[in-house]
Amino acid sequence: MIDRKPKNLLKTPLKVVNVGLDGFSQDLARQNVPVVRVQWSPPAGGKPELARLLAKLGG
Amino acid sequence: MSEIAARIEAANAETVRRMLVADPVLVDVIPAHVALRNLTDRMILHSGPPIEWNRMCGPMRGAIAGVAVFEGWADTLAEAEQLAAAGAFRFEPNHHHDCVGPMTGMTTVSQPLLVVENRAFGVRAFCAINEGLGKVMRFGGNDDEVLDRLRWIRDVLGPALGAALRDIGGVPLKPLIARGLSMGDEMHQRNVACSSLLLRVLAPALARKTSDRAALSAILDFIGRNDQFFLNVAMAMGKSISMPAEGIDGSSIVTVMCRNGTDFGVRLSGTGKDWFVAPVEMPEGLYFPGYSVEDANPDMGDSAIVELIGLGGFAMGAAPAVVGFIGAGPASRAADFTRSMAEIAISQNPEWTIPSMDYAGVPTGIDVRRVVDTGIQPMINTGIAHRKPGVGQVGAGVVKAPLACFEQALVGFAKTMGVS
Amino acid sequence: MSVVVNEIRKGLYLDSVALMRLSREIAAMEGVEEAGLMMGTPANKDILRGAGVLNDIGEDAAAGDLVLALRATTQAVAESALSAANKLLDQPKQTVGEESLWRPRSLRAAVANAPDASLALISVPGDYAASEARKALSLGLNVMIFSDNVPLEDEIELKREAQALGLLVMGPDCGTAIINGAPLAFANRVPRGRIGIVGASGTGIQEVSCLIARLGGGVSHAIGVGGRDLKAEVGGLSTLQAIDLLDDDSDTDHIVLISKPPAASVVEKITARIGESRKSFTVCFIGAAHTSLHGDARLATTLKSAAELATGKSLHANKAHVAQGVARGKSVRGLYSGGTLCAEAQVLFRDANVAACSNTPIPGVRRAAPNDHGHLLIDLGDDEFTRGRPHPMIEPSVRDQPLREALADPSVGVILIDIVLGFGGHMDPAGHLASLLKGRAEREPLIIGSVTGVEDDPQSLSAQTRKLEEAGVIVAPSNADAAALALRAIAT
Repeated sequence: MIDRKPKNLLKTPLKVVNVGLDGFSQDLARQNVPVVRVQWSPPAGGKPELARLLAKLGG
Repeated sequence: MSEIAARIEAANAETVRRMLVADPVLVDVIPAHVALRNLTDRMILHSGPPIEWNRMCGPMRGAIAGVAVFEGWADTLAEAEQLAAAGAFRFEPNHHHDCVGPMTGMTTVSQPLLVVENRAFGVRAFCAINEGLGKVMRFGGNDDEVLDRLRWIRDVLGPALGAALRDIGGVPLKPLIARGLSMGDEMHQRNVACSSLLLRVLAPALARKTSDRAALSAILDFIGRNDQFFLNVAMAMGKSISMPAEGIDGSSIVTVMCRNGTDFGVRLSGTGKDWFVAPVEMPEGLYFPGYSVEDANPDMGDSAIVELIGLGGFAMGAAPAVVGFIGAGPASRAADFTRSMAEIAISQNPEWTIPSMDYAGVPTGIDVRRVVDTGIQPMINTGIAHRKPGVGQVGAGVVKAPLACFEQALVGFAKTMGVS
Repeated sequence: MSVVVNEIRKGLYLDSVALMRLSREIAAMEGVEEAGLMMGTPANKDILRGAGVLNDIGEDAAAGDLVLALRATTQAVAESALSAANKLLDQPKQTVGEESLWRPRSLRAAVANAPDASLALISVPGDYAASEARKALSLGLNVMIFSDNVPLEDEIELKREAQALGLLVMGPDCGTAIINGAPLAFANRVPRGRIGIVGASGTGIQEVSCLIARLGGGVSHAIGVGGRDLKAEVGGLSTLQAIDLLDDDSDTDHIVLISKPPAASVVEKITARIGESRKSFTVCFIGAAHTSLHGDARLATTLKSAAELATGKSLHANKAHVAQGVARGKSVRGLYSGGTLCAEAQVLFRDANVAACSNTPIPGVRRAAPNDHGHLLIDLGDDEFTRGRPHPMIEPSVRDQPLREALADPSVGVILIDIVLGFGGHMDPAGHLASLLKGRAEREPLIIGSVTGVEDDPQSLSAQTRKLEEAGVIVAPSNADAAALALRAIAT
């Protein structure tokens, strides 16, 4: 999937994808750091059997 | 990537490839008993997954009674209901016969069916002709007005449409859809542009092939007054697109979504003829004046096939006007619905694009794994029927396909892949 | 007779911090005795059950369902509170102008819509963090894992995979980073400069970076590597990568490395790598015995001395003053929100040959037993205090009860506290502490503290310092200085 060069964290313009606590993305936005907020929830609604199947099926 | 995941990815790529290379053409109108080899006397096809009489909702029962009288299998509606309850008719899903139908979706031997041929694969799919708005059989209507209209469709409209279509060699549907999208249609709740474009194409041929001026006038009037005429064409088209995508070993792509007013049914490409079924959800939307949620019938119809191919709720970004109509928020949010659906689909359709979204293609190829992972349920733009038979549409809204169907489908799919 | 009501919102997920805030709002309503809005995981249901707010309805919740649970004086109050809670949950988010309300629900969709993303900041519950991190790496993103409770094997696998891909994993349990001047998670708005930091500790990075700022310097980047990176099993993978990155960075002249003393095998690798670099290093293994270094590197055993060595300047004393021996014969109670600040205090006690104990002891300090008397330095951010509760840096009330106990304990002569400012932290930690001390006439025990922060932080260093001083707290210029003042107070 990655044919391009890996992004050097210090040399690439910082653009954050925030997965989890929303407060972090608000703080970043306040400082004009570009941030994409992911609305995360546990895979398969937190149901462990389904999550297990998903993991095995590459989902 | 694990070996299983790679297998699934390859299978899904093939499934979606087949959907995207489809070449659906509206070619004919022929009677159901000619079109459907396995459709017999006293067999009534309905929308949604398999269901028995005792679990059917009011409009469905009303429609069955009506169609039984229409076919002459009962003299009165009351007699028809008794016969139905006693098991005199065989009920099967439209989907078992390469067919689809909106709302109650009644399909029986005498009815003329639209024929859409997917020329890329030589397969044909069918759907009855849209009856119009108001008191109609698809909402459970079954009185003389309804049955007389069905007779007129059988004897006048159907044959005329068939003759016109054969005369012009059929109507390619993909370009028509593309134009409709750019004109604000999404082909489920809004079909006015496509209906108009189709009438424009058909009118000269209808005029040529219909010698009876009164009949021609009635036909043009009937089609011209029905904003939703194209819905049934779109549905048959959707079925013809999804059929070649079925039965691909290892594919987790959804190939059927349908409802019968009680249950919602899902099929996957890689799980053959298995149905994954759960109770339908209630639509959320706006009600016409005088009606409210207490009047609403649970979700019904095979029209979710439209969403399956990337239109309807999936193409909401092309139809901001629909968002307000179905009470889903401000028109400016239309694109967000499409973005949300893109998250559970593995591809986009490059031939059906949404200009206001930088020509993003409509999301195509719903992957059951993504649905279960994210919890994002496919969103279907739908009409809301009155729960009493025959009253008609009382509103429009958005309904979500039940997550339970996809969870069950994932478990079923895992079994076929040897994973537990 | 109290009434318990529960409601389940199926499939509705909110993060733990958002839920804590909502819970407190509902609990504060008139007539509500106790309220909890929590995801229906088994652990959370234990907590709700223990709080006497869970009934059969709530018991049925799955891990991905949100449980609204509360206990109120009457049924009417309970239902009204439940309705208020649902209103809060369903509140439409504020639109900022033309911005789309749509939010991707997966990393994949996020990156598809923003292909120029460079870093994933992951703060989901520990059970899920590794799998999200794996997805991020496969999408070509560097990763910062704020989450803790990630299995060690997952950490090792992730860091190996990242190394092979040429990407960096910061964490797990990485609370602080500063990249290109941008504070990430719990970090301070320190000025940009030529000093790079690599830290296995969040508050360690915070204290050092803030002291560097205080000394007139600035930070190019601060890379957090997670608390376990320098264990033998992980082998310092991220630390070594971070050194590579800073070595290669034209904005960095000097590199500060902060950590607990690493495993011996790892020390070798690190010091060898440092020896290969042409840049100068300050190595702070907090409380370490002697460590031999190669190349242009100097050893610091406290955070304060690390900042001083890195800048070449000394931190001036401020007006904080404590009379020698004023609390002689009494004990010191340290109540820390920052684990590394607690460790630094322990270093000073140990090096002064004053016996102390702690729940997170450094080598040479005794582990605290229940009901321990004597000098006690507690890390309130340790797992035993944070299970089911937010970290004290987010929610200072975790410290309230231990603080009240210490204030009321006649054997305690000095209380040591830390106040940590910056993004991610509480809006007014000094104000919260001051409210607890309000109206306090006694001058014993002494309360000595320090403020980790800079003026540009959201809470403002000077304003917070002033509030503390007005509340009777003796504010030292650094955490190390605060510990030194405490030692002075108990000196014989």
